[in-house]
Amino acid sequence: MSPILDIHDLRVSLRRGAHLVRDVSLSVDAGEVHGLVGESGAGKTMIAKAVLGILPDAIRISGGSALFRSDDLLQLPPKRLRSLLGREIALIPQDPLTGLNPARRISAQMTDMLRHHLGQSRGEARANALRLLQEVQIRDPEQVLDRYPHELSGGMRQRVLIAIAFSAEPSLIVADEPTTALDVTVQKQILRLIRQMQERHGTAVLFVTHDLGVVAKVCHRVTVLHTGQVVEQGDIADIMSARATPFTRALMDATPRYDQPADALHPVPEHIHQELRATARRFDEANP
Amino acid sequence: MIGARLNWRIFVGGGALLMLALTAILAPLLAPVDPLEQDLFLELLPPWWQADADPTRALGADSLGRDVLSRLIHAARPALIVAVVAGVLTMLLGTALGLLAGYMGGMVDVVISRMVDIWTSFPPVLLAIMLVALIGTGLHSVIIAIVLIDWTRFCRVVRSETLAQTEMEYIDAAVIGGLKRGAILFREVLPNVLPLVIVLLTLEMSIAIIVEAILSFVGLSVSSDSPTWGGMIAEGRQVIHQAWWVMAFPMGLILIAVLALNLLGDGLKTALDPVLRR
Ligand SMILES: Nc1ncnc2c1ncn2[C@@H]1O[C@H](COP(=O)(O)OP(=O)(O)OP(=O)(O)O)[C@@H](O)[C@H]1O
Ligand SMILES: [Mg+2]
Repeated sequence: MSPILDIHDLRVSLRRGAHLVRDVSLSVDAGEVHGLVGESGAGKTMIAKAVLGILPDAIRISGGSALFRSDDLLQLPPKRLRSLLGREIALIPQDPLTGLNPARRISAQMTDMLRHHLGQSRGEARANALRLLQEVQIRDPEQVLDRYPHELSGGMRQRVLIAIAFSAEPSLIVADEPTTALDVTVQKQILRLIRQMQERHGTAVLFVTHDLGVVAKVCHRVTVLHTGQVVEQGDIADIMSARATPFTRALMDATPRYDQPADALHPVPEHIHQELRATARRFDEANP
Repeated sequence: MIGARLNWRIFVGGGALLMLALTAILAPLLAPVDPLEQDLFLELLPPWWQADADPTRALGADSLGRDVLSRLIHAARPALIVAVVAGVLTMLLGTALGLLAGYMGGMVDVVISRMVDIWTSFPPVLLAIMLVALIGTGLHSVIIAIVLIDWTRFCRVVRSETLAQTEMEYIDAAVIGGLKRGAILFREVLPNVLPLVIVLLTLEMSIAIIVEAILSFVGLSVSSDSPTWGGMIAEGRQVIHQAWWVMAFPMGLILIAVLALNLLGDGLKTALDPVLRR
């Protein structure tokens, strides 16, 4: 199968020079959930934002490509990129609180995408928004449409954001830590929902998380990141097995699990961090 | 907007302001006599509850025998015009520049923020008096002075709120949703900044009333024979020992107007707050 998103040697740097993402390559197949895992600061969000063209001003892309079908997202003129985003590529944001505009009703925020990208009329868009809310299992969808975000619970808001992401039937969704801000029981429901929706619509998902436990539940393939470099990449079964690299295994030992007491956790040993930081330094010396 | 919850402050403050506005609009109908008419037999006549009062001069008369009540009513006009026109214009200028600075960033932000810094380093009342002395007296120059001095208040607040909003993930979502920068500014950011702007507007209007009073007190507002609250205070000051009421009534009205505006602002703040703080 040919990949729907093919990131090749992506390099992201501060405008002042330091590298944040060091020649990362990864590909997402159509209909696949691809996990992007790593500790805080590894550069996961930078990769997601680079692909979506929403990097902050202080940060630039200094090399590589990100092919979506045959278009390089990193080279596309802004107008072409805008028409592709939303319709073909959507985002599920991390924080359901700031992911929705606090001053606008749910209905307005849901119909934006449908009217703008699919050219639907006001009435059509509202009917579709209603259908989408039902699909993400929200009770009383009619009422929810007329609410403001702060009147909904965190889980409900995340369901709304998922509905919005799927609304234009995109072929790729980027989800940046979509469950991190939620409590554990809601987290499980939301993970199941994303997986269901993704299967039903045949949508590929680039799933960003720091939690290997979450990855094991929803992903087909995984890329493990440290200091902006790929340390491991492959099928979920391989990565969860003993064949994984020392860092991945250490990361697994550091991930809380329901079937183990909390004191079974071990932080990633410092010498592993040091080795990986040393390779990053060597990369920086070779690529000033 | 945003399911605002009404509260007593909005009713009391808003009600008092509504009455003041009606007084200003209907001044010619409400005033019992011509506010400019002098009658030297009535000089410094006391208000109605005192011994030698005159029933046609309910709040007494000033040193030229002019009716205090009629002058108070007519003086509501310049005060209200300045409050509304200067308040709204200040809001428009300051909000526009604040949105631009906060949203565009870069050089635009640097230039606007520098201007705000320089502006606010001058003492405002002195600046107002200098400006009016420069442009000439009259209501329009009072308004121009207030706008030129106070736009920074809106600009600062709106800029920092806009900056805070652009950090939010819904902005990313809007970009990915295909909205253009202008559309994002007006449809996504502005509704979040608006409640703050409205609260600031009430504050600005009360400041405008005080500034107009100060400028008319020093004789730099409308021509000196048409009544203003500040002008009445200046005249009353000279006869304060014989006739306290000439000065006390306009002071009281200024106080009421300012309190009503602050009350309304407070009420609006709490009514809009749950949304502001998300
Ligand atoms: N605006 C910025 N300016 C400078 N450096 C930044 C900026 N944003 C992020 N960084 C740096 O870039 C690196 C990668 O950050 P990124 O947000 O991609 O991490 P992440 O893997 O998403 O981590 P988290 O799990 O905390 O979200 C970090 O070292 C961070 O300090
Ligand atoms: Mg992140």
